[in-house]
Amino acid sequence: MGTMGEAEVEPTETDLLLEAVFQRYGYDYRSYARASIERRTRQFLSATGYASVSEMIPEVLHDKELLARLTRYFSIPVTEMFRDPSVYRVVREEVVPLLRTWPHFKIWHAGCATGEEVYSLAIVLKEEGVYDRATIYATDCSDEALERAREGVYEVGKMKEATQKYQQAGGKASFSEYYHACCDAAAMDGSLKERITFANHNLAVDEAFGEMHLVFCRNVLIYFNRELQNRALGLFTESLVHGGFLCLGTKEDIRFTDVSNRYEAVDRRARIYKKNGAS
Amino acid sequence: MGGSAGGVGALDVILSALSRDFALPVLAVQHLHPSDDGSFARHMADAARLPVVEACDKERIERGCLYTAPANYHMLVERDGTISLSVDEPVNWSRPSIDVLFDSAALAWGEGVVAVILSGANADGVEGMRSVKAAGGFTIAQDPADAESRVMPQAAIDAGVVDEVLSAKEIGQLLAEFGAIEKL
Repeated sequence: MGTMGEAEVEPTETDLLLEAVFQRYGYDYRSYARASIERRTRQFLSATGYASVSEMIPEVLHDKELLARLTRYFSIPVTEMFRDPSVYRVVREEVVPLLRTWPHFKIWHAGCATGEEVYSLAIVLKEEGVYDRATIYATDCSDEALERAREGVYEVGKMKEATQKYQQAGGKASFSEYYHACCDAAAMDGSLKERITFANHNLAVDEAFGEMHLVFCRNVLIYFNRELQNRALGLFTESLVHGGFLCLGTKEDIRFTDVSNRYEAVDRRARIYKKNGAS
Repeated sequence: MGGSAGGVGALDVILSALSRDFALPVLAVQHLHPSDDGSFARHMADAARLPVVEACDKERIERGCLYTAPANYHMLVERDGTISLSVDEPVNWSRPSIDVLFDSAALAWGEGVVAVILSGANADGVEGMRSVKAAGGFTIAQDPADAESRVMPQAAIDAGVVDEVLSAKEIGQLLAEFGAIEKL
């Protein structure tokens, strides 16, 4: 076996770190998109002062506190209300009319992070008069993020941008009706939470859960490698009813995946697909 | 390549020097308004002779194509020759950020990278140029006198992370030569 050059040391170190974290604690980041993991690892190194990944590995193995800090870097939730307003407009105009044909429908919001987008979706359903017929499962693999999603309390400073996006998304009321501002916090209205169940689910290890009419999973798959993307998309395909909808991030392309032949596009730009009958 | 204010004009000049059979892939980050809906990619498609692709996640990087970062996403290079996108926090108030692209390219491709910093009004790209240079790659800054906004290339020059300072026209010629060498 040949030896490796200096340039190959860093990827090897990252492999060892992710393997160590998995073996010791069971958290599996080995199938995450590598470039982002390496960027975050470097940020962690400069924040903690370790000179190299190798130097950090033995410490991580023995120090749960350090591990917790590291995994926080690996799973920084990034989301916002009505991100890509045009997508919510398409949901309102193209998806809701079909959801309406079911007496009751289920939505799985996979990777909901701190919940901004699940509340955005709830608002659209409410304004279209179908919220009471919905059951929404909002899942994430981070209990910390789920706790914040459940609370639904956000910085009041973010509400201005949220209001603009809500309007661009075709909002029918005044966005301020959906939250209560208090000091520097904005608490989402309790009525938006009635049909939402928050639960821990890890797309890397957990199974499908069934009979969904819409799976909403935006800007989550970009953090996975191709193998894990295909696993997650397999779960979604298994979960969806015939004719059910899949909504991905606007730069996540189903063309590059194993399930491309299982869907037809409802709106290609919004990355909204409908599951077809072929298998 | 990375540009901000005035960067599109510089890119137009550079890309006019690259023919359809250019033998290297080109990745470009231009600071955009978050709500840009692909107008930058469409502009480049009109201006460049290379095929232009607004990158999607897991896009395979092909020689002779220009990949533009979509608004509101960072664009990163993976070792397997694909593009990853991320919605991580803005870097230098920018998403896409030039630093993010250059850092990832330095890690993935090391000395095979040519990093070009163009006209712009902030200091994004300086740390990325540093990474590319440290990994053995080649770094070019647009001549501040040739740039619509001199701050960004000047910041890289001041940081001592630039191998060559050239006008946009000269950058185009040099890249065309690199492409010709690659073909041998």
